Amino acid sequence: MQRRDFLKVTLAGPALGRLSAEGEVHSRSGEASTRLVVELAVNGLAQRVEVDARATLLDTLRHRLGLTGTKKACDHGQCGACTVLVGGRRVLSCLTLAASVRKPVTTIEGLEKDGVLHPMQQAFIDQDALQCGYCTPGQILSAIACIGEGHAETRAAIQEYMSGNLCRCAAYPHIFAAIEQARPLILKG
Amino acid sequence: MRAFAYIRADSIDSALRGMGSPAQPDRRNPQVQYLAGGTLLLDLMKLEVLSPHQVIDINGLESEYGRIEVTEGGLHLGALVRMSQAADDARVRRDYPVIAQSLALAASAQIRNMASLGGNLLQRTRCTYFRDTSWQGCNKRQPGSGCAALNGPNRQHAVLGVSDQCISTYPGDFAQSLVALGATVETVNPAGRRSLELEALYRDAQQPELETNLLPGELITGIRVPAGPWTRNSAYLKIRDRVSYEFALASAAVALDLSEGRVREARIALGGVSYRPWRAREAESVLKGQPLTQANATAAARAAFATARPRAQNAFKVELGQRTLVRALLQVAGQTS
Repeated sequence: MQRRDFLKVTLAGPALGRLSAEGEVHSRSGEASTRLVVELAVNGLAQRVEVDARATLLDTLRHRLGLTGTKKACDHGQCGACTVLVGGRRVLSCLTLAASVRKPVTTIEGLEKDGVLHPMQQAFIDQDALQCGYCTPGQILSAIACIGEGHAETRAAIQEYMSGNLCRCAAYPHIFAAIEQARPLILKG
Repeated sequence: MRAFAYIRADSIDSALRGMGSPAQPDRRNPQVQYLAGGTLLLDLMKLEVLSPHQVIDINGLESEYGRIEVTEGGLHLGALVRMSQAADDARVRRDYPVIAQSLALAASAQIRNMASLGGNLLQRTRCTYFRDTSWQGCNKRQPGSGCAALNGPNRQHAVLGVSDQCISTYPGDFAQSLVALGATVETVNPAGRRSLELEALYRDAQQPELETNLLPGELITGIRVPAGPWTRNSAYLKIRDRVSYEFALASAAVALDLSEGRVREARIALGGVSYRPWRAREAESVLKGQPLTQANATAAARAAFATARPRAQNAFKVELGQRTLVRALLQVAGQTS
């Protein structure tokens, strides 16, 4: 058993068991609550989970839904490791309250389709675009969004529009190469 | 982070109702906060610089307050427009480049996707003494406790608009472009709606715990930028320690109306060097009616920093700020000649 599997069993198991009854503490518009039931669509699956109002999307994904692919590093919106897509746009899950999420969420776990890696995941492997790998899930989601936004036309644009994802191993040249490799495949759909 | 109650507002009325009407509203330490992008609020709540009892999520108002409108009279930006939305808008980029550039050069792509324009105007200083609650001396966080930055590490701090109470720097970029263009903000409060000049939104450094003239519970709903012959001939120049994803050491928002080689009107605001978004009217006056030469630009920049009050480690900002302004002026003049 890997460490990540252990985390999933110990954290996600009990959490899923504590789903509250229908609408029990659901925050209805105009009603304040310190605990609420949030409904999230994560990687195509509807999730219903009771959280403290303080819970970030990051902690909810990792600790309540067992989706530990999204990484916590600075927890202050400075490093980009926690980047996920919400409604197709890249955002920082550490500065997003789970309660405030209204659109579908995509994490690194949601990219693989039928056992085939997403072109950006494959490009990161092909280009050796990581060393320790901790920033990689955030880099990959950010890179996919960067291409979708039209901000990956040139190396200079990639450098500017990927600056919110730090890599302390400094794999940057390889990350840029991976984005350049994946871009035509992603645009082709 | 301290516990709080979360509430979703689905209308302006429900947002204001959530704010309530406390008997003694404390503008220094608001117990209720509006939540839009959350990039500032959650950060400061995690640091326990802010600890509201209640958070009102206003993102549900996006359909009404998330629009960009361009008319002959000017530009209107809803307060819930996201930074990236305005930065990438073709009309804003063409007609108000200084605004688009100030947004595109700020923060990171992720933060720009999240942060609302209304919230951006209210971002708080990055002064370490303000953000780190283990420091005793911060008049902005703890009125009357002093200012540890006066004689501490103060390389990042302001040289314009400072006081003996506070030398923190306003960290934003967008507000400078708006101040240069004479923008107004539209707000709503329990007593009704009003609009005020953006420049008048920001208070001076005499009472640093009070940063804006917003009333308790007042919410910014929109930003109006008047059209002018200078808006297209504009640019935002930002100088920083690294080339991307960093706050300004010095910045200049410049918009010029030039005719036959002479400046009919110059609009200038400075960032990274000042306590609040800083309109450099002295520099504008120096340039009025003059050809935009290197010498005149230099004279204008000198006028802009005539009242600078540098400290031990930030004196370089006086020189850097002047050079930044000169370069921005010549760049915009070059675009149009």
